[in-house]
Amino acid sequence: MVDPVDRRLSHPAQAPASLAPVILAKGLDLTFRTADGPVQALKDVDLEIGRGEFVSFIGPSGCGKTTFLRVVAGLEHPTGGSISVNGMTPDAARQARAYGYVFQAAGLYPWRTIAGNVKLPLEIMGFSKAEQESRVRKVLSLVELDGFGGKYPWQLSGGMQQRASIARALSFDADILLMDEPFGALDEIVRDRLNEELLRLWAATGKTVGFVTHSIPEAVYLSTKIVVMSPRPGRITDVIDSDLPAERPLDIRDTPEFLALAHRVREGLRAGHAYD
Amino acid sequence: MADAALTASPGAGVAGRGRFAARAARAVWPVLMIVGVIVAIWYAACLPMNVKESLNQAERAGAVIVPEGGQARRDASPWVLMAQNPGHLGGVWSQDRPRLPAPHQVAVELYETTVGMALAGRAFSNRSLFTHAWVTLSATLLGFGIGTALGILLAVGIVHNRAMDMSVMPWAIASQTIPILALAPMIIVVLNSVGISGLLPKALISAYLSFFPVVVGMVKGLRAPEAAQLDLLRTYSATRAETLWKLRLPASMPYLFASLKVGVAASLVGAIVAELPTGAVAGLGARLLAGSYYGQTVQIWSALFAAALLAAALVGLIALAQRLVLGRMGMAR
Repeated sequence: MVDPVDRRLSHPAQAPASLAPVILAKGLDLTFRTADGPVQALKDVDLEIGRGEFVSFIGPSGCGKTTFLRVVAGLEHPTGGSISVNGMTPDAARQARAYGYVFQAAGLYPWRTIAGNVKLPLEIMGFSKAEQESRVRKVLSLVELDGFGGKYPWQLSGGMQQRASIARALSFDADILLMDEPFGALDEIVRDRLNEELLRLWAATGKTVGFVTHSIPEAVYLSTKIVVMSPRPGRITDVIDSDLPAERPLDIRDTPEFLALAHRVREGLRAGHAYD
Repeated sequence: MADAALTASPGAGVAGRGRFAARAARAVWPVLMIVGVIVAIWYAACLPMNVKESLNQAERAGAVIVPEGGQARRDASPWVLMAQNPGHLGGVWSQDRPRLPAPHQVAVELYETTVGMALAGRAFSNRSLFTHAWVTLSATLLGFGIGTALGILLAVGIVHNRAMDMSVMPWAIASQTIPILALAPMIIVVLNSVGISGLLPKALISAYLSFFPVVVGMVKGLRAPEAAQLDLLRTYSATRAETLWKLRLPASMPYLFASLKVGVAASLVGAIVAELPTGAVAGLGARLLAGSYYGQTVQIWSALFAAALLAAALVGLIALAQRLVLGRMGMAR
C-alpha cells in the first residue's frame, strides 16, 4: 500500500523512500502546565532518525529524554514545532501500529502467563487465535524464552521478565522499538547479557530503535547514534554518530575507539551541566 | 538459558501450605484462651444480672433470704444481695427466663433447635433454626448479589465518567448515614403497596447496606493500575472497554474480595433488620422479635449466635473464594 506521503517522498527529485527519516522532529517544544507554573520539558528539539538506526538518548534526570520518547509514541503532545513518525502524526502512527514500547518496569500482568502477556497486544489488535499462537511462539523464541510461555511472571527473574516485555513489544511486528530505560533496574551482569541480546535482535529484525538510558557504556555499546541531552530546559546538546563496527562483542568496550566515544559523550554531558 | 535455574521450584507451594498449618496450630491456644476468658466473664455476669429472680425462686421454695420479700429486694443493689445470700446463688445459671442466659443454656437451645430437631427428623419445622436461618440467608444472598452488582456498576461509572465521579460518592455516603432501622419499614410499606412483598423487599434492604463497601473498594481497585500500565494499553490504542476488561477489572480483584467480606456481613445485618419492623413470621430477625415479645431471652441469644455463626460462615466462604481466585491469578502474594 502506498499512501500520499510515500508517493511524495519517492518522487525522483526527493530522497528514495528507504532513506526517508522514520522519525523527524523540527523545533519541537513541550511545556507542561504544573501547579508551580509552566515547566519546559523540551525546547527546540531537532532530530532525524533514519530507518534501521539504533539511537540512544542519554542525559541526566529531567533532560526530557523520556518525554521525547513519549512524544514519538503520542503519549504526550508537543506545544510547538512538528514531529512525524513514518511520515504521519504520532497518533496516526500509533493507530498504524508503527511502534512497540518497552517501559522501565516490565509491567507484566501477574494474572496472565508469559504467553498470555505477549498475547495481550495481539488480542487488542484483533489477530486471529491461530495467528496469536504462532506469533507468541515466534517472539518468545526470538528473546530466548522458548518453553517459558506457560510460566507466570513471578516465576521468572527480573531479566527474564524484561525479555518477555520486549517480546510483547515485538509481537505485532512494529518496525520501531521505543525503549525507556528497559534495563535500568537490572544488575550489571544481567544488563550486559541483555545488551548483547538486544544487538543481536536488532541485527536480526532490522528495526529502528529509540533507547533511553542513564548509562554511558550502554549508550556507546548499543548505538549507531547517541543523542546527548541536558536539562532545564530539556534540549539536545550533541548528536554523535558512532563509528564502531556493526559486530560488537562485549570486550569492544576496552578498545580506544569505544573509550574515545564514551569520552565525547561524557564531555557532552558535562557541557550541558556547565551553567548549573 | 541459565536463567531457568532462577525460576521457583514446584515444591514451593507445598512448603507454604505446611507453614500455614504450623501457624494455624500456634494460633489455636491464644484463641482458645480468649474464648475461655469471655465465657468466664459471661458466667460471672449472670450472677448480678439474675440474682433477684433467683432469690425469689429460692424464697418461694422455702429458703430464708435476706432481706425478706421480693418487694424489699426490688430496689436493692445486686452486689449487696449477692453478699447477703451467698448460699442461694446457684439458681442464676439455670432459670427458665433469665435476664442473661448462661452460655450452656444458649448452647443447649442452639443444639436442640438445630441438630436435635434434625435428628428427630424435623430439620425444617417452624421451630428449627435451620428454617429461620434459611429464610434470612436467602434474603441475604439475593441482597448481596444485587448490592455487589450495583456497587460494581457504580464504581465502573465513577471511574469512567467525570460527572459520576463528582456526584455519586456524596449520595452513596449520605445513603449510609440514614439509620436503616428508620428506612426499612418505609421500604417494606412502599413496596407492599405496589404489590411487591416477600423476599424482594428484604433483599433490597440488604442490598442497600452491602453496595456501599463494594463501591468504595472497587473505585480504589479500578484505579489501582499504575500510570505505566495504562500507558502500555494506550500504545496499543486500546479502547476504554478493553482497558476495563483486560486491566482494571483483573487488577481490582484483591480490592473486590476485601469489600465483599464487609458487604456480606452488612447484607446479613440488613436482612435481619428488615425482618424486625415488619412482623415477619420467619427468619432470624423474626426469632429475635418473638423472643423479645415473650421474654424468651434464651431464644434471643441463640438467634443472635445463629446469626453470628452464619455471618462467620459467609465471610469464611468469601475468604476461601479469595484464596482460590487470587491464587489462580498469581495475586495471592
